[in-house]
Amino acid sequence: MLPERGGGWRPGARWAREAQPQALALRRAEGALVTAHRQGNRNLLAAVCPRSRALGLEPGMPLAKARILVSGLDVRAADPEGDAAWLRRLGLFAARRWTPRAAVSGPDGLWLDLTGVAHLFGGERTMCARILAFCRRLGFTARIGVAGTTGAAHALARFGPEPLALCPGGREGDALALMPLAALRLDDKPLAAARRLGLERIGELVAMPRAPLQRRFGSTLLLRLDQALGRAPEPFDPIVPEEPPSVLLRFQEPIASPEAIAEACAEAARRLVPLLAESGLAARRLVLALQIVDNSVQYQTISLAKATRDGDHLRQLLCAMIEKIEPGFGIERLRLIAARVEPLGAEPIPGAMAGERPVPDLAALVDRLAVRLGARRIHRLTALESDLPERSVARAGPLTAPAAWPGWPRPVCLLYPPEPVEQVLSTVPDGPPRRFRWRGRVHQIAAADGPERVYGEWWRHESERAAVRDYFQVEDVEGARFWLYRSGDSEDPATGDTSWYLHGVFA
Amino acid sequence: MNASSARDARLAALRAEISAIESAGFAGGDRPCLAFGVAEVDARLAGGGLAAGLHEASAAAPSLGDEAAATLFLASIAARFSRREGAAGQVLWALARRDLFAPGLAQAGLTPDRLLYAQCRNDEEVLAVMEEGLRHGALAAVIGEAGRAGMASLRRLQLAAEEGGTAALLLRRWRKVGADPLGHPSAALTRWRIACAPSAPLPFAAEIGDGLGRARWQVALVRQRSGPPHEWLLEAPDAEARLALAARSGDRPDQAGRAPLPLAADVRAQAA
Repeated sequence: MLPERGGGWRPGARWAREAQPQALALRRAEGALVTAHRQGNRNLLAAVCPRSRALGLEPGMPLAKARILVSGLDVRAADPEGDAAWLRRLGLFAARRWTPRAAVSGPDGLWLDLTGVAHLFGGERTMCARILAFCRRLGFTARIGVAGTTGAAHALARFGPEPLALCPGGREGDALALMPLAALRLDDKPLAAARRLGLERIGELVAMPRAPLQRRFGSTLLLRLDQALGRAPEPFDPIVPEEPPSVLLRFQEPIASPEAIAEACAEAARRLVPLLAESGLAARRLVLALQIVDNSVQYQTISLAKATRDGDHLRQLLCAMIEKIEPGFGIERLRLIAARVEPLGAEPIPGAMAGERPVPDLAALVDRLAVRLGARRIHRLTALESDLPERSVARAGPLTAPAAWPGWPRPVCLLYPPEPVEQVLSTVPDGPPRRFRWRGRVHQIAAADGPERVYGEWWRHESERAAVRDYFQVEDVEGARFWLYRSGDSEDPATGDTSWYLHGVFA
Repeated sequence: MNASSARDARLAALRAEISAIESAGFAGGDRPCLAFGVAEVDARLAGGGLAAGLHEASAAAPSLGDEAAATLFLASIAARFSRREGAAGQVLWALARRDLFAPGLAQAGLTPDRLLYAQCRNDEEVLAVMEEGLRHGALAAVIGEAGRAGMASLRRLQLAAEEGGTAALLLRRWRKVGADPLGHPSAALTRWRIACAPSAPLPFAAEIGDGLGRARWQVALVRQRSGPPHEWLLEAPDAEARLALAARSGDRPDQAGRAPLPLAADVRAQAA
């Protein structure tokens, strides 16, 4: 329906000639997401979600126009660096998981060289389907083109009819014939020139004589065309996953005695330290891979509390875990890998000039205890913001600075879960008890302090919405101090059933 | 007179010789003894305080209240060792139980930034972790809790503590009723037995719910190297880990500084 405009209809009026549907049907989009970036002094759409694409938005469209077309559009700032980092991470993963040769292609693609690896994943089609499923699980919409040349694969992936397009070897020309010239990885200039000449599809270009093309468009167009059709070589710059620093020791005779293993570990640590120092790195996690005579491999992992390349310390840690190794008939090869490394510069030696007693590093102790007990068993305890005592303590890393608790009186021992007490005698309904029975003993109360009221955390659980606990600190006639609470405020039954529990023991 | 002073000198020389043998040649002297800060207690301790070595404590009876008191007693000693080192004094706690509540320890001066926990599975691990911590040398104190500990492992702890110049505090837990954890001999420098005692009623408390005084403990030093045993009634540690001697109600510090209340007859005389 057309809105009323001044002047009525007249032949050739400008508004009547415009394409009507876009401007008139203002569409409201729920959940349409686009990203925008700034180019020069214009805000352009960088990427659009499928829903926005269905509403008529395209990358490269001015943001103002998109806002007019679709109201309620969710616009976010484009993050090209973040995207590139993700793409590189994905490429690194591909290089580790699928093929040894993977490379990043432009701002939005990856090249995987499937030569000699596809059969490991059940053929090209199965492999690509698996990669697509993997990307879907990660939340990415992916398209894959498989072809004999990188140029053709690039075109198929971006302009192919299906999300998964396979081109049989040697048939690149047929597959590309109907594709637009933009599929050839060209700049704007030759593209614009070709459009002026009415050249649209790659097939038309192939049919034309080469010499005039070269003269008119320069060498790039023909180079790209030849690369796509396999007539010209194309360099491939694969992502090389960084190898962690490692040391390999081979033994002439298999070793099995603890002394020999200790000596081998010491040697490995001695060789690893200069490797780390050269690259300015320090180890956070060491993996010791031991190849036994029967060809099985044993792995032992040491997590370090702080990045270190202290040879003595590493040697001590390695020697401490020798008892966990089962050498069987002997160890043939030993590889020590710094599986996780962190940059570490030179460190000052505190107090060296002042002649003070050097204080040993706490991280070294933490490492040694972690080897003995397991890394998760060495920790600090830090405060959580919760009034409920059982939720107010959390574990923290051994080298972190924990938070302190507020100064309310708290017991030394906390029973979990709180133990119900029986035969509670209290004179006042909301006062402290005068007598109670716990674990078969009757305690006569001499003095008490309280109540300290603690409310349930309604944001955690529905049942805690109205819950109330009144805590009392009581001392029995023998001097033992207990932390009791009554569930409920003894007025409103919704807050609790006024039963008593013992939650802790003071000293 | 002359004969007795000669005997004293001879005794002192012998004591010095024995202590040199006992400390096995380790210096240990670069860190002096840690005083409790309570004159009556320090006067009874050989050396005027606790030296860097093994100290044992246990509950007087197998009740949770006494266990908690013994735990907090050791925690307050560790806090005092930690505070002597300044802000960075670290304490390692080799845990073998799950009911320890860290906010309660923080109120005895052992704040969370001073405490590193090691979760152990059994007594052997506790003793091994303690020894590792003691030999490291950077810690202010190491606390552990063990039910069963042989003479050999206790001796190892004592040697490691002297070597590292770190105090080893071992909580001996009751394993069953009737088996006193301090019943067997030990290499510890001091052995303590802690029991809860009724606190003094607050001066103005009329009802039961009117408040609690500072907790009191019956602290018994059952054995110490080169010194006799003794027993005190002490008040529980405050936030700075200071214990106090339970004063008789007449000379409490808060009433000592206060002027005595005027007698009614004097008031009447002044009015007239």
